[in-house]
Amino acid sequence: MSWFDHPRNVTRLYRGLWIVGGALVLADLVVHRHAETAFDGWFGFYGVYGFVACVALVLAAKLLRRVVMRPEDYYDR
Amino acid sequence: MIGEIPARLVLVAAGVLAPFVPVAARGALGVAAPLLALAQLVWIGPGYRLEVEAFGTALTIVRTDALSLAFGYVFAIAACLNGIYSWHVRRGVEQPAALIYAGAAMAAIFAGDLLSLFVFWEVSAVASALVIWAGGTQAAYRAGMRYLAVQLGSGMLLAAGAALRYADTGSLAFDAIGLASPGGVMLLAAFGIKCAFPLLHNWLQDAYPEASASGTVVLSAFTTKIGIYALARGFAGEELLVYVGVTMAVFPIFFAVIENDLRRVLAYSLNNQLGFMVVGIGLGTELGLNGAVAHAFADILFKGLLFMSMGAVLLRVGTVKATELGGLHKSMPWTTVLCIVGAASISAFPLFSGFATKSMIMASAAQEGYTVIWFLLLFASAGVFHHAGIKIPFFAFFAHDSGKRCEEAPAHMLIAMTLAAALCIGIGVFPAALYSVLPMPTSYDPYTAAHVLAQLQLLIFSALAFSWLMRNGIYPPELRSVNLDSDWLYRGLGLRLALISNSAYQSISAAIADRVITAGRMGAAALERLHGTRGFFAGTSASGSMAISIMLMLLAFLLSYYFA
Repeated sequence: MSWFDHPRNVTRLYRGLWIVGGALVLADLVVHRHAETAFDGWFGFYGVYGFVACVALVLAAKLLRRVVMRPEDYYDR
Repeated sequence: MIGEIPARLVLVAAGVLAPFVPVAARGALGVAAPLLALAQLVWIGPGYRLEVEAFGTALTIVRTDALSLAFGYVFAIAACLNGIYSWHVRRGVEQPAALIYAGAAMAAIFAGDLLSLFVFWEVSAVASALVIWAGGTQAAYRAGMRYLAVQLGSGMLLAAGAALRYADTGSLAFDAIGLASPGGVMLLAAFGIKCAFPLLHNWLQDAYPEASASGTVVLSAFTTKIGIYALARGFAGEELLVYVGVTMAVFPIFFAVIENDLRRVLAYSLNNQLGFMVVGIGLGTELGLNGAVAHAFADILFKGLLFMSMGAVLLRVGTVKATELGGLHKSMPWTTVLCIVGAASISAFPLFSGFATKSMIMASAAQEGYTVIWFLLLFASAGVFHHAGIKIPFFAFFAHDSGKRCEEAPAHMLIAMTLAAALCIGIGVFPAALYSVLPMPTSYDPYTAAHVLAQLQLLIFSALAFSWLMRNGIYPPELRSVNLDSDWLYRGLGLRLALISNSAYQSISAAIADRVITAGRMGAAALERLHGTRGFFAGTSASGSMAISIMLMLLAFLLSYYFA
């Protein structure tokens, strides 16, 4: 058994990650961000974009599976 | 002096000699030869040219400048790491082929004219195909064949493009090319195949995961980076490349998310990283070009490290399919940590190499006003963390415990991975060292508070998205499957068309043969009728009938004479 085998630890890790994420977004209030484009100066822009982008990526990839997924021996038949 | 011998020859000669060296010394040869080549490059420095007169024209077979040296250094470092990593591979064709491959790749980088480039382009293609075939399976053999066909196709385009350019300009010099002439377009296509442009990309995901544990590590370093180098040399600032590059950066990540073979996932993410480099080249700015070269340098190291960690898993467990793995951090703790260093580097975590290199390209895109491109690159950055940064270590070493227990990776593999990891962190912590070998002087500083914060937000929330999707069961499960990609055009559609056209050819030729045979039979029957034993011509006729026919002939002659 390792530390990761306990669901409780994984949940702690997960919550810890949210706390870190929250702290990073709040840091936007302190750190003056020299924006590279018109949008990325917005409060919490990178956090929101990262989260939304990854969820969108996974959902789109699930759809892609319907089109391109084949049995493992597809090319051997 | 060491500087008198062309650098690449050290490696090529080592590769040619390797089969004749006692088995015990081959490992040392594979490490020493790249070190010698590296020392030689440092010794030579920029501004060296070696010209020879051949084929009625002056060929520049060696040219060193900042651009070629940056690639040369990292090729030598990669070859050395590969030598350590594949210490156990001493018999068979793989080690000599890998050395010749690395040597030919370096030679291509230092070629100053298109003819020399073509020669080494082809040598590296053949040597790399041998590395794939050394995988030893039927799948490796077939994938190697497809790979070789594509690579030689690229060589043909290069030769044709060079010939057209020679006819146009009277020069074979390999400098900025541009797309104004048909020769330029052909050369771009040749380089595009090596860079794995969209739709020309699938040889990469098809062939690389079929090589041996060490073979894939060797392959990941060179071929695509020769393409990137050639593109940077010939087509810097070509705006088309910005759009090509961003497509490459975005589309492979969708495939990477659903791919089960973890080395194939890495091949998709290699494709995605090449996209960033192509964008940088297309921008053509100081920051963009430097970023492309820096990112190529960093990518060879962190992608090599990731492939090494998966190679170690393959060696110990016998598979790298995500469906079969999980929980390996208990058996392979060091490999786990080293893999995570590679994952952090490719994901561009602050203090790791990707952070110092990829951001140059992103910053340049933003500065040049490519806002949409910048958004897409940011999406690709989040995506690369998702599939390479999290998926690879998570499914191999954590996830649900597969129950598989194995030994830790062998010592030489751990040494190679540790060195690669040290270089990844070294570049991340002291980027100025890497910046000093870039083609142009740069004052770029990645470590501003704003940049570090932005990147950390992006990555932590990408990780949160992954965990959230996982915990809520939305994340697509790993499934044993293959995913169709553009290789389906020739492995599926092409094969079917070939089979259909073959059967069509068979039936048409059968029909034609049928007609010919029938006609022949009919002809034979007619001959038989006329000349056979009972035939008209075979019969004997009376001499009287002969006399009558002569008389009739004479009469006809007389009449014709009379009326004429």
